[in-house]
Amino acid sequence: MDAIFLIEQLLNGLGYGLMLFLLAAGLTLVFGIMDTMNLAHGSLYMVGAYIAAQVHERSGSFVGAVFMAMAATVVIAFVLEMLVVRRIYSRGHLAQVIATFGIILIADDLVKAIWGPAPMLASTPAALAGPVQLLAELPYPAYRLAMLAVGLLVALGLYLLVNHTRIGMLVRAGASNRAMAECMGVRVDGVFSFIFALGAALAALAGAMMGPISAVQIGMGEAILIPALVVIVIGGIGSIRGAFVAALLVGLVDTAGRAFLPPALRAVLPPALAADLGPALAGIAMYVLMAAVLILKPAGLFPARA
Amino acid sequence: MLIRIFPWTLLLVLALFPLVAPLFDFTYYVGFVRHLLIVMIAATSLNFILGYGGMAALGHAGFIGVGAYTVVALVDAGFTSAWGAWATALIVSAAFAAAIGAVSLRTQGVYFLMLTLAFSQMLYYLAVSLRTYGGDDGYGLHTPLTLGLGLGDAQGRILYWLVLAIAALLFAFLNRVAVSRFGYALRGVRENETRMAALGYPVYWIKFTAFTVAGAVAGLAGALLACHNRFVSPSLMHWTESATLLVIVVIGGLGRRWGAPLGAAVWLTLAEVLKLYTDYWRWPLGLLLILIVFFAPKGMAALLDNRGKSP
Repeated sequence: MDAIFLIEQLLNGLGYGLMLFLLAAGLTLVFGIMDTMNLAHGSLYMVGAYIAAQVHERSGSFVGAVFMAMAATVVIAFVLEMLVVRRIYSRGHLAQVIATFGIILIADDLVKAIWGPAPMLASTPAALAGPVQLLAELPYPAYRLAMLAVGLLVALGLYLLVNHTRIGMLVRAGASNRAMAECMGVRVDGVFSFIFALGAALAALAGAMMGPISAVQIGMGEAILIPALVVIVIGGIGSIRGAFVAALLVGLVDTAGRAFLPPALRAVLPPALAADLGPALAGIAMYVLMAAVLILKPAGLFPARA
Repeated sequence: MLIRIFPWTLLLVLALFPLVAPLFDFTYYVGFVRHLLIVMIAATSLNFILGYGGMAALGHAGFIGVGAYTVVALVDAGFTSAWGAWATALIVSAAFAAAIGAVSLRTQGVYFLMLTLAFSQMLYYLAVSLRTYGGDDGYGLHTPLTLGLGLGDAQGRILYWLVLAIAALLFAFLNRVAVSRFGYALRGVRENETRMAALGYPVYWIKFTAFTVAGAVAGLAGALLACHNRFVSPSLMHWTESATLLVIVVIGGLGRRWGAPLGAAVWLTLAEVLKLYTDYWRWPLGLLLILIVFFAPKGMAALLDNRGKSP
């Protein structure tokens, strides 16, 4: 285990963390403002990945594919909000979990009907296919660097939007105390529709970017939903800043667990036991982190509500 | 009158089913009903803490897995008594539920939901890593467990009747507890914890006891499931299994006596029937969930129950 490997894994962890942040940002705002638990967020991510892979294959333009995926997913989210989500705002979390679980079931079958049950191959854009020589002995895939850049840019954009614009002020007001914001004349419903669409666009962006480095398949939304929920709980529900910090933490802990735990265990334990324990501990690391944070800070690292 | 004889009639019909089924060539459905009864046990235990206690746990499948893997561990060690395996599964999953409950119950609402999910995910990854028990591929129980007492092996119709008896007893037991002093205290905690604490009730211990009992019962369901399937794999504990149990309880009717059995029966039967006709059997179920949330917010048991109140 040398320094080069360490830097490489750190970068991988940051990239994964930033993609988690794209998902968690929408999830945490929807949750924070309207107290709505939206399990279908993962389905938007899946739809984004499928559309991007399809358009990229047909047109050959990756940037165009990403924007197409975002636009189409925003339209889908708009319909979803009109038909279902708007009617369950005021209901309990359980009703929201059940209804959005229903959306997951419908979305999975729809995707299967359109693109078939087999995983889809999403190719890396040709311009970014090669490695970049970061240091003399550290080649790093250009595509993963582009992911880092996109993630950081979006995070910066969200920071500016939430902290330095009028709509951002309304969003923060809604998240910290919705009833009071409504009393002061903020149309929280309208703000929410905007946030829901923004969240969908970011989920689609994450799906489109993750497509080429992971499998584009049915169930990919459910698989990434759980880490995204872990992120918003660690960060404190409703807090963008919390989601950012927690996403990077979870990304790093998860990647580091997978990369460093197995060799570390092999050094101290008998090989058979280490081979069994390594992957288990790596899978568990993120949940241990969440449990530890919740035991110490029951409302997450950066509680949005006063 | 109808209400009073209904449970006994249902029990009788279910008990006679394996004898009648071969006449109509329904033998396959004996296994289906056996599976349904096992899911009912697990769902009833979740209804106990979620419906009566207000604890939204998204990790109940974890306890099912603990029970199932207890059976696997015993069989792997050469142990063959079904009664012993089921009792051990009950005790082991009670211990797991006590440990998980002790930590999770310090939080509430979404945080409780996420913590129970986290612990069940930990159990899931633990099962994946247990290579001696097959890891990801699962573990086949090739020889059935033995019952003794002249009953032979725990399989076929004998297993069906045993599962039915256990399901009926647990159903009666949990519903009896729900209308006991403890059950009313539990409902009080669901409605208002602060007030119950002010009245001098040990709120934390009430929740802890209910959670442990529910976990133990779910573990027993897992042990029965292991004998039913003769196969155990980590997918038993996947989070979507926990979500499905939650769905069954909510669509059936939270905190209603017949909610969990009704929810399980409708959900599993619909899935089974739809799978016969199409590969796309998920979306009608999804649509059903949305419609129930919109039009029957208190669940299907509430639609049938014209008294409109939980007992």
